[in-house]
Amino acid sequence: MNTVLNTNEGAGGGSADDGADDAAQARPGRFREFWRYFRENRGAVAGLCVFVFFIGLAVFADVVAPHSPIAQDRGAFLQPPFWQDGGTTEYLLGTDALGRDLLSRLIHGARYSFFIGVVVVVIAATSGVLLGLIAGFAGGRTDTLIMRLMDILLAFPSLLLALVMVAILGPSLVNAMIAIAIVLQPHYVRLTRASVLGELPKDYVTSARVAGAGTLRLMFVTVLPNCLAPIIVQAALSFSTAILDAAALGFLGLGAQPPTPEWGTMLADSREFVLRAWWVVTLPGLAILINVVAINLMGDGLRDALDPKLKRS
Amino acid sequence: MFGYLLRRLGTFVPTFIGVSLVSFLFIRLLPGDPIMLMAGERGMSDERYSALLTQFGYDQPIYLQYWDYVVGILQGDLGVSFKTKRPVWDEFFALFPATLELSVCAMAFALLLGLPAGIVAAVNRGKWPDQLLMSTALVGYSMPIFWWALLLIIYFSGVLGWTPVSGRMSLQYFFPSGTGFMLIDSLVSGQKGAFSSAVQHLILPTIVLGTIPLAVIARQTRSAMLEVLGEDYVRTARAKGLSSLRINGLHALRNAMIPVITVIGLQVGTLMAGAILTETIFSWPGIGKWIVDAIGSRDYTTVQGGLLMIALIVMVVNLFVDITYGFINPKIRAR
Repeated sequence: MNTVLNTNEGAGGGSADDGADDAAQARPGRFREFWRYFRENRGAVAGLCVFVFFIGLAVFADVVAPHSPIAQDRGAFLQPPFWQDGGTTEYLLGTDALGRDLLSRLIHGARYSFFIGVVVVVIAATSGVLLGLIAGFAGGRTDTLIMRLMDILLAFPSLLLALVMVAILGPSLVNAMIAIAIVLQPHYVRLTRASVLGELPKDYVTSARVAGAGTLRLMFVTVLPNCLAPIIVQAALSFSTAILDAAALGFLGLGAQPPTPEWGTMLADSREFVLRAWWVVTLPGLAILINVVAINLMGDGLRDALDPKLKRS
Repeated sequence: MFGYLLRRLGTFVPTFIGVSLVSFLFIRLLPGDPIMLMAGERGMSDERYSALLTQFGYDQPIYLQYWDYVVGILQGDLGVSFKTKRPVWDEFFALFPATLELSVCAMAFALLLGLPAGIVAAVNRGKWPDQLLMSTALVGYSMPIFWWALLLIIYFSGVLGWTPVSGRMSLQYFFPSGTGFMLIDSLVSGQKGAFSSAVQHLILPTIVLGTIPLAVIARQTRSAMLEVLGEDYVRTARAKGLSSLRINGLHALRNAMIPVITVIGLQVGTLMAGAILTETIFSWPGIGKWIVDAIGSRDYTTVQGGLLMIALIVMVVNLFVDITYGFINPKIRAR
């Protein structure tokens, strides 16, 4: 985050609200300023804490999880959590229909969720930002062509398009991630193009051009840093969309395949026990929900802190 | 206004071409060729293969195939289902009323709760009702609805036994489906209990499908109201001593509705995506479940037809919303 925001300074003029003379000091101050705004939003800070906690679980899953996520205990099928009759402290949150420890599977599931979120956002954002920059800078036919293509992608409901792409590519976690990235990408293209068109007529761009900056330099060094705020917010929001959609695909049997401890796939496995074993159904979904709420809270905080224009009054 | 209409229709045509191209290419991008897909694992003789190739026109150049496909769409021909051998077009329209009924109920549910929630939150900005409603909306917005459906089933069907787990109608009732809408058909049939059975079957799917639109509408109504409440004419109304009910209800709400209408239109895509999950969980015989089942059974002409039809519905609704918006708001037309 720090480095990303710092590049804002180089562009000067347009968006920098600090005075010109303290620009040198402002370099480290940028992040502090962002943090000051972000900190005011208690929900966002809470979201960040939960998010960091889940990242910790994901990174240290092998150490934290009490059991292997795929080891089956034939003596303990559908054992309830420890506070219920029949539960033991060996399996704190109970076991699933194959006698696998639910807690360990949930902890390992955090890994998949973050992996999915990061990969999808990176693919969608880089390709989307690139296309948006090209559309914004080239204008004319190239612009029309790119934007019409994006309109076509946007005409399909995202989950449906992802479903169909997975049907073409074959059901697997990687294919699900590719499909979701393609579905989310048009939002980045539109956002980037709109910000580029907003920045291009500004004086600092003209002066950079007069000073002899080439198109590539204008794109990536001059203009892009000033378009980043809405893109970062979009990245946070699509992180949660990616997790939700991947879980939905897993739930429909078209995402991660069993025995992968992906939360959506775990839910699909547990559907038949809906009325018998509440814990195998409730807990994976709760993990998804908490995760997504935390990320959305963070996203709202990011938006308020980074982009006062978008502020939700 | 006429110019605006033309311009808006002008973007519709290339998008239609693109969407039809995507669904046309879908079958051709699958591994293996369509005839082999149709034959399945049984395989077929070479003569039969080439006969079928000619019958379905797959031996023609690709641009001619596409042309035939588009002409077919315009004539209401989406090909024949690999599985049932019935026209995809007919199957779609046999199942569409179920999805439409569910979507309309979900939208009504979202509006009936979402609009008042947004207004109450805006009027009490920063106080506890606002915070409570907006936190609830955030949770609703982040909800994995397939899990939400399972939770509701556990509680309302399992623990309380109030609602059925799946389907549209209890098996003990039988009547001809005139309109395809269970609520109307059951009322017309005059059978005792049929209507309440239809309602019972609808409740949980409606809540599940309506949850995300509800949260979005509540958030959007709140921010639209807040924007309007800061305007001069609202302050004037307040200075004139009008009651706050009159100000909020009459002066502010009317103008706050404009952006809200667009958001409602944009929810159609969400509803269609949600229908895929909701219908699968509740065994609701609509197009969402139809498409998932078709993917499962490799019935690719059905997937292709469903993909195209859903995209067309979303496009037409968006077109309609844009045009309505142009009527309401002259500023849009001028652009």
